[in-house]
Amino acid sequence: MFGFYIVLAIFLVLAILLMIFRVSRLISVVKGSDEKSVTGSNNVNAILMVVFLVLFFGLMAWYSFAHFDSYDPPVASDHGIVTDKLFWRTMWITGIVFVITHILLFVFAYKYRYRENHRAEFYPHNNKLELLWTGVPAIVLTWLVISGFAAWSDITSKAPEDAEQIEITGQQFTWLIRYGGMDNEVGDYDYRLIDATNDLGMDFTDKANFDDFNNNSIVLPKGRPVLLKIRAKDVLHSVYMPHMRLKMDAVPGMPTQFWFVPNKTTEEMRIEENNPDFNFELACAEICGTSHFAMRRIVTVLEPEEYDKWKAEQKSWLSKNPDYMSQVPENLKELAVVTAGINE
Amino acid sequence: MATATHIDAHAHDDHDHEHHETFITKYIFSLDHKTIAKQFLITGIIWAIIGAGFSAIFRLQLGFPEADLSWLRPLLGKWIQPEGSLDPQFYLALVTMHGTIMVFFVLTAGLSGTFSNFLIPLQIGARDMASGFMNMLSYWFFFLSSVIMFISLFLETGPASGGWVVYPPLSALPQAMDGSGLGMTLWLVAIVFFIVSSLLGGINYITTIINLRTKGMTFSRLPLTIWSFFLTAVIGVLSFPVLFAAALLLVMDRSFGTSFYLSEIYIGGEALPNVGGSPILYQHLFWFLGHPEVYIVLLPALGITSEIIATNSRKPIFGYKAMIISMLGITVLSFVVWAHHMFVSGLSPFLGSIFMFLTLIIAIPSAVKVFNYLTTLWRGNIVFTPAMLFSIGLVSVFISGGITGIFLGNSAIDIQLHDTYFVVAHFHLVMGAASSFGLLAGVYHWFPKMFGRMLDRKLGYIHFWFTFIGIYAVFFPMHYIGIAGFPRRYYSFTNFDAFSGFTDLNAFISVAAILTFFGQFIFLFNFFYSIFRGKKAPLNPWKSNTLEWTTPRVAGHGNWPGEIPTVYRWPYDYSKPGAEEDFIPQTVPFSETMDSNLPHENDMIAIEKEESASEIVVDGAKGH
Repeated sequence: MFGFYIVLAIFLVLAILLMIFRVSRLISVVKGSDEKSVTGSNNVNAILMVVFLVLFFGLMAWYSFAHFDSYDPPVASDHGIVTDKLFWRTMWITGIVFVITHILLFVFAYKYRYRENHRAEFYPHNNKLELLWTGVPAIVLTWLVISGFAAWSDITSKAPEDAEQIEITGQQFTWLIRYGGMDNEVGDYDYRLIDATNDLGMDFTDKANFDDFNNNSIVLPKGRPVLLKIRAKDVLHSVYMPHMRLKMDAVPGMPTQFWFVPNKTTEEMRIEENNPDFNFELACAEICGTSHFAMRRIVTVLEPEEYDKWKAEQKSWLSKNPDYMSQVPENLKELAVVTAGINE
Repeated sequence: MATATHIDAHAHDDHDHEHHETFITKYIFSLDHKTIAKQFLITGIIWAIIGAGFSAIFRLQLGFPEADLSWLRPLLGKWIQPEGSLDPQFYLALVTMHGTIMVFFVLTAGLSGTFSNFLIPLQIGARDMASGFMNMLSYWFFFLSSVIMFISLFLETGPASGGWVVYPPLSALPQAMDGSGLGMTLWLVAIVFFIVSSLLGGINYITTIINLRTKGMTFSRLPLTIWSFFLTAVIGVLSFPVLFAAALLLVMDRSFGTSFYLSEIYIGGEALPNVGGSPILYQHLFWFLGHPEVYIVLLPALGITSEIIATNSRKPIFGYKAMIISMLGITVLSFVVWAHHMFVSGLSPFLGSIFMFLTLIIAIPSAVKVFNYLTTLWRGNIVFTPAMLFSIGLVSVFISGGITGIFLGNSAIDIQLHDTYFVVAHFHLVMGAASSFGLLAGVYHWFPKMFGRMLDRKLGYIHFWFTFIGIYAVFFPMHYIGIAGFPRRYYSFTNFDAFSGFTDLNAFISVAAILTFFGQFIFLFNFFYSIFRGKKAPLNPWKSNTLEWTTPRVAGHGNWPGEIPTVYRWPYDYSKPGAEEDFIPQTVPFSETMDSNLPHENDMIAIEKEESASEIVVDGAKGH
């Protein structure tokens, strides 16, 4: 019954609107205003242009300044400071262009609204003006491109040799995290070796795998370069750490990488943000299926000493799964036992 | 000459009588470009309602994640989960179909299909398209494509749901998600037919513009609308075949066990045999169309706007040649910027920097266009028709959305912004809103020519302000959400601390989006009401210069009952000093406007005379 009333109400409202429309049309026919090509509405529209401009800029300025802290996420990596700087520099330059062009657009629309017995100025071209507004944007853009290029080259340059190696593997719908272990080298893998336990397909003919260990969250040392070796098992994913200003797709069959230097510990951020529950996070940024929105891992940044201590405490994957010793070639078994830290 | 004209007109009348058009040949399998244009328009409108309606549904989820949506169950059935929330996989399907429908069916077919078909013959002075039959096929392939896509909405496993870009391996592996099953197959089939339709249309547009221009209609006298349709068609013809290849290879990977895009995949507990393929290859092929596609939907809107702004400012478009050169620049550059969608895809960083450079160059012709629009308004005598309002709105959203492109085109800044709501805000403004505004402006402007009746002006004004404010209310706040780092295509943000804020802003956006959606029904009412009950249109309601306004109120097959008019001048002689009226149609020779001619135009008179003299001789010979 309630549904029926709603339908009835909608129907009545529509009927009333239709009546208003019919009546206003008849009035305009009687007044003869629908024969004119320009009516009083022209001035109303012209005024609305300016009203819109004022309200639009007012709201924009208010929100941009009043809520700055809520939309400007804190940054916690060295390169993030650089890209943020580029972002805000671009914001200022384009912001000025945005404001000027909009003022011109709406003010011109208002100022040069139709006046009877007035004629527009016949002004078909001016090559000097065209050159001016081709040249100036070209120069400004060149500057932006060059500063962007410099930052991009640094960010994508080869990782330092001593960078901490961490492998992040995307799969529906979780991230697998593996550390290079004491030799700081993430070992080889083969997707055909993946099984229920060896979910990364670690290849134990490669001795770099013996000391590798897994962890449920990403732990990083502050102030040291970290090299993320990124891959995916099933579909595309994208490693995204918003506070680190870091994003790189995880592609099945094509390993990718990203290196960076975290520069704030989780503790420091908790104090800075005045939020004892603050955590850095890892999210997926490339659509990967139904639970794409739920691929979360916590990222913890520790002081370098704490990190070294934490790392030394970790047990190698092989020592936790000694069954896989059978996959280690005979000549490497002894080495495997030692590096994996298996107590026999 | 008079006799000749008379005979010609008479002959044409006979010609008309010969074909007794049935309902089917007149309205369904019509070869007439005007009817085909209307078919594209109406189909586009229907798709727009569906596509925008989808966005209203997923905005409900995003704005009110806690809301009980059980009341949608009669419409969506099992896609509403038992506890009353939207199914997460169906959410992705809605996002995917919203993108596909809007980009391809509404803004490509609905915009280009409508206005290229309608305006090209009318504005260049041709009786019809070069091939009416191909033109008809173009629509019916589009229709077939539409039907297939529509059917896919009702599948048990849902329509395609891997995002409108349908990146493999997600789209290639049915075991990766339900939507990658039959839904994806139908998506691919529909897109293949769509490409066929686009190519048939595009080849026709190009041929018609090159070959069928009336006497005097040189390329330097073409209205900017025609220039934009021409370049759009060129872009389409060169880039759609690449999408065809991308789709074909994906079909083969899906159905015939090839490994173009697949390599080293372990899914559903088994290792797939595919090795050696690359998902990045698909991205290259897709964006080789995907980026030009942005200009396929944008250029016609810019062309339409150029025409409307000039007409209603009562001024020549400022920098006609600069406008053409910048469109040419955009056309060429649109082919060499595609990899800016792939900065963080694992693409070689060096390639990334090349594409950053090329991408930022494309901002220059776009900026030139904006400055030219502004100067056209300057010292005009502006008449705010609804079409003019939407054109001014287009310039505004084009600036707002274009500017954020400078952030995203910069690969260093893009690392953070890629696949966030900042991108969503950017392309919805610069491509979605701008093209839609172009489409609406075009409908308001040429409705009198399409249906011989006027749209209600006041409803047009209400519709414009509602839509304009609505569009900004929806997409401007998304910039903030994007800067805050919120990723797109997320069903819910509650899992992350970093994305837990902005629930108020998200709710605001949703309310604005749903209101804007319902605001479009003002237009729909106006549109369908005025087709039948609108005030009869005068011959040239906007006092415009272009050729279409020299046809009868309702132009028949062949457009002009008599001879096709000859063109003597460019289409932008508005408010010329010395002229009686503030407009001089293209069909008025310079010899009749001695008071307003510029010095070099007086020289044209001699040429005009020579040409018409030679005509009389020929006609005279015929007469005897």
